[in-house]
Parts: sequence; structure tokens; C-alpha cells
Amino acid sequence: MPIEIPKDKWPGSVREITLGATAADGGTRTSTVTVGGEKALPYMHFEAQMPHKPVIALEIRDRLPDDWSTLLLEHWGDTAKDPAAWAKAAEATGVELLQLTLSLTDADGNPNTPENAVAVVKSVLAATGLPLLVFGTGQAEMDNVLLVAVAEATQGERLVLGICEDKNYRTIVAAAMANGHLVNGRTPMDVNLSKQLNILISDMGLPMDRILMDPTTGALGYGIEYGFSVMERLRMAALQGDSMTQQPMLVTPGFEAWKTKESKVGKDVPAEWGDWLKRAIHWETMTATALIESGADIVVLRHPESVKRIRVAIDELSAVPEMA
Amino acid sequence: MALSGIQIYKMLPRTNCKDCGFPTCLAFAMKLAAKQVELALCPHVSDESKAELAESSAPPIRLVTLSANGNSVKAGNEVVMFRHEKTFYNMPGLFLRVKDDLSPEAIKAAIAPAEAFKVNYVGIDLTMDGFAVESVSGDPATFAAAVKATRGATKRPLVLISGDAAVMAAGLEQLDGEAPLICSANSDNWEAMADLAKSHKAALTVSATSLDELAELTGKISAKGVEDLVLDPAFRQLNSSLIAATQIRRLALRKNFRALGYPMITFPGDAGDVGRVSVQAAQAIAKYAGFVVIDEFLPEMVYPLLVLRQNIYTDPQKPIQVQPGLYEINNPTADSPLLVTTNFSITYFSVANEVEGAGLPAWLLVTEAEGMSVLTAWAAGKFDSERIAKDVKRFGVAEKINKKQIVLPGHVAVLSGELEEDMPGWEIRVGPREAVDLPGFMRDAL
Ligand code: B12
Ligand code: SF4
Repeated sequence: MPIEIPKDKWPGSVREITLGATAADGGTRTSTVTVGGEKALPYMHFEAQMPHKPVIALEIRDRLPDDWSTLLLEHWGDTAKDPAAWAKAAEATGVELLQLTLSLTDADGNPNTPENAVAVVKSVLAATGLPLLVFGTGQAEMDNVLLVAVAEATQGERLVLGICEDKNYRTIVAAAMANGHLVNGRTPMDVNLSKQLNILISDMGLPMDRILMDPTTGALGYGIEYGFSVMERLRMAALQGDSMTQQPMLVTPGFEAWKTKESKVGKDVPAEWGDWLKRAIHWETMTATALIESGADIVVLRHPESVKRIRVAIDELSAVPEMA
Repeated sequence: MALSGIQIYKMLPRTNCKDCGFPTCLAFAMKLAAKQVELALCPHVSDESKAELAESSAPPIRLVTLSANGNSVKAGNEVVMFRHEKTFYNMPGLFLRVKDDLSPEAIKAAIAPAEAFKVNYVGIDLTMDGFAVESVSGDPATFAAAVKATRGATKRPLVLISGDAAVMAAGLEQLDGEAPLICSANSDNWEAMADLAKSHKAALTVSATSLDELAELTGKISAKGVEDLVLDPAFRQLNSSLIAATQIRRLALRKNFRALGYPMITFPGDAGDVGRVSVQAAQAIAKYAGFVVIDEFLPEMVYPLLVLRQNIYTDPQKPIQVQPGLYEINNPTADSPLLVTTNFSITYFSVANEVEGAGLPAWLLVTEAEGMSVLTAWAAGKFDSERIAKDVKRFGVAEKINKKQIVLPGHVAVLSGELEEDMPGWEIRVGPREAVDLPGFMRDAL
């Protein structure tokens, strides 16, 4: 008698969200990306069809970053000095999305300005046809100024504006609402906080199909287990039908992994850590792998070699195997 | 399937004699159901009930232990699908495979660096768990020589791989008094392999590409008296292996399906390309493997894999922490600087390793922050000026140092004002945000 495989029957599903808008929809992107729609836990093809694969975004900056690992700077070389060139090079790696992070200051230490932010975003939009995520500096007051200007200057593009947190969500959400954009709501690794922020954002009137949820993660070795479990719990809550947790999830394993000592430092570390560059790539790839297993819909990476590996992994996981 | 307290109660004598130390049989049954006491406490229970209770209390996923020379690797005994439901218990063993087309010398050379590998992560020594030897020659003598060379190069548990019982027998002859894992029994060779497993007290891998076939095989083999089985749902793609692993674990945990209630082995090494190997191994660690076999020892890959394993298997209810207290780094004197941090292991070791590695003497005050990182503890109100001031007193810090100066982590610079008020007479310094920059700061600014 064949074994009866226990199947989960979930009442809920993840919302489908489309990033970017083509000319037909009032934007200038040459392609759009739709994520979400899951009706089962990740890659359980024998229970439900997975309508969309997770996608990869590469992170670029509005200027040469001061605090990135030299390995990344060496890789990107001079392209990292020009956001448009960087965007083109990033697009060439085959990612579906670009994530542009704005800096607090210019190279000389002067505060960033809305004029500069708008100019950079426009140059990146002109350089590639990919949908774009624009993240602020992480300082709420500065972000309110920069992101509002960016949102207004790019009306209709369906950009994703981030990072939208409890302290600044009002301004960012209002800007997204008025200009046809999306937001990325970030909360610190807590199921209830994620849910609560989604409620606050939707209470302002932004449709739920314009909200991504970023539960925050830690790097491998630096708290990834919390991110992993929070994402599993959020995804289960969504499938169980909790409407305010049904947003596709975005996480930033590139940012987290490249912050660690293992990726940043090549000298005076234990010989057992092995080759520096290879180790750093493993750090980013394995961080991303764990998060994809736990339900990530968008992973933001920094190194093209990691993009290549995660691309292969996503394709393999998303294909329906014969057995299923 | 686990029985409820009431079901267990019905199997007890129901005399309420109190010999077990509980006021009633029901009270004792409830404790049994919660797995808080042993059945042996009741001297009056019938043999029949004993057998039935033992069967129902057997773990849904059998614990399989490989051992050699006092080293052991355990897999199985897991009770949940998701770590947040309780925790994962037995970390998957990481094995390096060598093949018998290598000479004994080449085998020793391949094993040596993996055998010697030891890396410290938050105070825990991470190492490889064992080695696998595979026969590609198909020749018993060649395989025996390879196993012998391997055993000469490591004291850790072994996995022997060959589908040919005669070859396997020759390999097993080399391993006396240990419990290896032999790979694999399939529908063709299962009887001979089961006999070998039995006579050598080895655990046995059962391999098939359908769960039905797998279950049928384990049924036949366990009927022959071989109980320490390991499953190889022989899919080598991320999607199919994830699904198979999930289905097997679900059947064992939710349905108490005995025929698949065993730990699993995976072979990411088969993927060949390092990018795919690393991803498959990472998936195996996150999703239910009991043994993971790789083919190439690459420290830069093994280190993150072992860290991932450590992370996934951390008990979600208790972060790994260190004892609060005043720690001495590099034999500090009364003139050495005082640094303060929290008692989250990752935090403590990030700081301690930097300072120690730089050869700088220092006092490190580790405060009671309920095992949270600097910012988490600060956000949760567990690392504030009041607590720091309290722990400075509690651990008698002032008596150990001459200069009343304390260095805060850069991330909590905001605490300095309050701390000045809470610790009058002390100079509060704000250090760098990341521990990597501490040695430079200590040399230049302190
Ligand atoms: C993992 C994590 C958790 C885990 C807990 C992990 C733990 N055991 O601490 C969980 C999920 C439980 C958690 C919970 C919360 N978290 Co949390 N969490 C994180 C996360 C992702 C990583 C933290 C970490 O482990 N870092 C690694 C360790 C090693 O870093 P560290 O301790 O800071 O140490 C470094 C430096 O500080 C320095 N250093 C350390 N000591 C010293 C000493 C000296 C002298 C010097 C110079 C330097 C130095 O060296 C280390 C290496 O460079 C961060 C975000 C992130 N990606 O960083 C958020 C983060 C810390 N959490 C945050 C918050 C708000 C919370 C919550 C309050 C959310 C909530 N309301 O529930 C709760 C609080 C917990 C509670 N109430 O019980 C915020 C804090 C925001 C802020 N700036 O105040 C963060 C920054 C996320 C964010 N961006 O919002 N969190
Ligand atoms: S010893 Fe046995 S019979 Fe006596 S009270 Fe306890 S459970 Fe009941």
C-alpha cells in the first residue's frame, strides 16, 4: 500500500506584489517583477503550485561606499564610482532587481541633498530597465527629506521605498501613496512587530499589494537563527490566514554577511578560516540560502558570484520535481 | 504515537498506592505523559503495559550513534519540524569522503588537514565529525587497504560505502570494536548488507528513490533485527531532496510512521561544483539531515557550514551566553583599560577575541544582559547605565583598577550621559562601534 504523504492544507496565501511599471502602466521600466502568491511552505510543490520564484536584487550605492569590504570594492572597481555604470554592471549579472542605497554624506562629508538623490535615482533609472528599490540612509530625518523628493520625481514607477520603519513610516507611506510607489516595511525580527507595522501602513490607506515586509535578519554566525525562525513563523501565520502577515518578504543577506569580520577582514584571522574571498562568498551565499529556505521572496545580495550561486539554487528549488 | 495522560492511566494498576511517590496513579500518568518521570518508579505495572508503554514512548525518529575510539556522532531523536516549536537536538555530522582509487598515502594526505581542522566559534570548538571511505575499485583488498589507511589517519567515526557485500565485508574487517555506518542497502543487496550490519554492529544506510520503496526496505531489514538504520532518499537535487526530507520527517513526527522514523544522510559532495555543494550542504543542515557527506575539504566552506549548523541547532529559548563577571584578557594590571559589554556569547567573543588577538591587556566587564547583543539588550532595557553601574559594584571592579575609566561600545554612545550621573567620579569613554576597530582605538586613544 503506498504511503499516504501528510499534506498541509492552508487556508491563506501570500499576496502577489508587482514591482516596477512599464510604459503601459505609467512607468519607464522595461520589465516588471511579481513576487508572492505562495499557498504552501517554500518549495512544497506537492501541495501547491508556486506561482512566482523568489528573486534576487543587487545592492548598489549612490557613491563609492566608505564601509564596504575591500573585496567588494575591488570587484566593482571604477564602476562603483558612478551609480549609472554600477547599475548597468549589476544588471549584467542577471538579477531581476536593483536596490540603490543612499548615503548620509557625499565623499567630502557634506550631507546628502534631495537634488543629488533625485539625480542619482534618475540616472540609474535611465541606465537600466530593471525595477528599482531605493533605500534611504537609515537616519529617519534625512530619509524623510531624500525619499520624498525621490518619490515625487519618479511618479508612477512603482519603486520600492525603504526603509520604512515605525519611526518614519508615515512620511514614506504618504510619499509612496501620492506617487504610485511601494514600501518596504522593516521591523526588528519579531512576528508581532511585522504585523503591527503592516497594520499601521495599511491604516494610512496604502493598498496591501504595495507593501513588502522586511523582518530583518542577521548574518550567519551573527543571529541568522532568529531571522530564520521569525520568517518561518511569519510565513506560517500568512498561510494560516492572518491577513496582516501575508506580505512577500524581503531580506538583506548581502548587507548582513558583508558586515561580518569573516567577510571584511583578510589579515590576522585564524588560518582555519581559509581563503578570504571564497569564505566571504560562502558567507553571503549560505546566509541567503538559509533565508530562501525559510520563505524569502526577495534577497538583496552584493557579490555577483553569490548571485550566480543563489540563482542556480532558486531555479533548482523552484522547478517542480518529477516526484511531486 | 505519544499517549495522553488518560491513556497511560488506563494501563497503570489504578490502586493509588503512592509507591511511585505521587498521590495517585493519575498524577503519575500525567507526569509520564509529560516525559518528566520514568515508568520504573511504579513497581506494580504489568509486563504487558510495560511493553506497550515502552513502544509508545520510543522516539519517533530513532537515535543512531556512530562511534569509534571514544568519539561519537549522534543523529535522530528530533521532535519538531521547525526549530521555534522547541529546538533541534542532534547536529548533523559532517563527513569527508575519500575513495579507494587513491593510494593509502594519498588518502592519509587528504584526511590530515580535515582531521586537524579546529576552529573556535563563540567558545565552541568546531571540527569535522568523521570520514567516509567509498569503494570505486570494486576490489575487496583495495577497499580494505583504503579503510585501513583512513583508520590510521583519524580516530573519528567512519562511514563505509560500497554496494557490494564482499567489498564491504573486507572493509569492515579493518574496524574492530567500533560502530561505523555502512552504505547502502538497496532492493538488490539488502539481505547481505543487513547480515553484515548485524554481525559488525554497524548502522546501515538504506537507499531508494521513492519513499514507498524506502519504507518497504526498512521494514524488511528491521524484521531481520537491524534497527540502527539511516535513510538515503537518493535525490540529488535541491527541490526533490527538500521535499523528500520534509515528507520523511513529517511522516515520522506526525504519523509516528515507524518505517521512516530514522535519521537521514545526504551527499552534497555529489553535486561537484563548489557553489552547488555549499548550497546543498547548507540546505541539508537547515532541513533535516542527520549526516552530511562532502568530497573536498575546503576550510573556507567547512567553517561557515559548521557555524550554520551551530546556529540552526541553538535552542531558541536560551541564547548562548557567558557568565557575567569581570574577565581578564592578557593578564591585565591595575593600569589596563576597562571595557564593558553584554553576556551574549557572540558579543563577548567578538570583543574578547579582538583584544586577545591583538595582545593587549584589558579588563572586560560582562554585564548581566540576559544573553542579548549590545543593541538588542539596549533596546530591551537590559543594558542601561543602571545595570552597568550595578555590575561595576557587584564585581568589585573599582578595587582592581587605578584609573576610574570605562569604555562603552560605540553603538550605545547614548548611554554616556546617564552613566556619568550613575557613576560619579568615573570617566566614560565611547569606543568604536565594531569590535574589529577596538585594538586600534585602544592603542591610539586610551
Ligand atoms: C539577533 C537580533 C535579535 C535577537 C536577539 C539576539 C540576542 N541574543 O541578542 C532577537 C530576535 C530576540 C531580537 C529581539 C529584539 N531586538 Co534585535 N536584533 C538582532 C540583530 C539582527 C542582530 C544582533 C546581533 O546579534 N549582533 C551581533 C553582535 C555580536 O553585535 P553586538 O552585540 O552589537 O556587538 C558588536 C559591537 O557592538 C561591538 N561591541 C560589543 N561590545 C563592545 C564593547 C566595546 C567596549 C566596544 C568598543 C565594542 C563592542 O563588537 C561586536 C562586533 O562588532 C540586530 C540587527 C542587526 N542586523 O544587527 C537587531 C537589533 C539589535 N534589535 C533591535 C530591537 C529593537 C529588538 C527588540 C527590542 C524588538 C522588539 N521590540 O521585540 C527585541 C528586544 C529583545 C527582547 N525584548 O527580548 C534593534 C535595535 C535598534 C536600536 N538601535 O535600538 C536592532 C538593531 C534591529 C533594528 N535595526 O531595528 N533581536
Ligand atoms: S506506584 Fe503505580 S500503582 Fe502505585 S500509585 Fe504510583 S502509579 Fe499507581
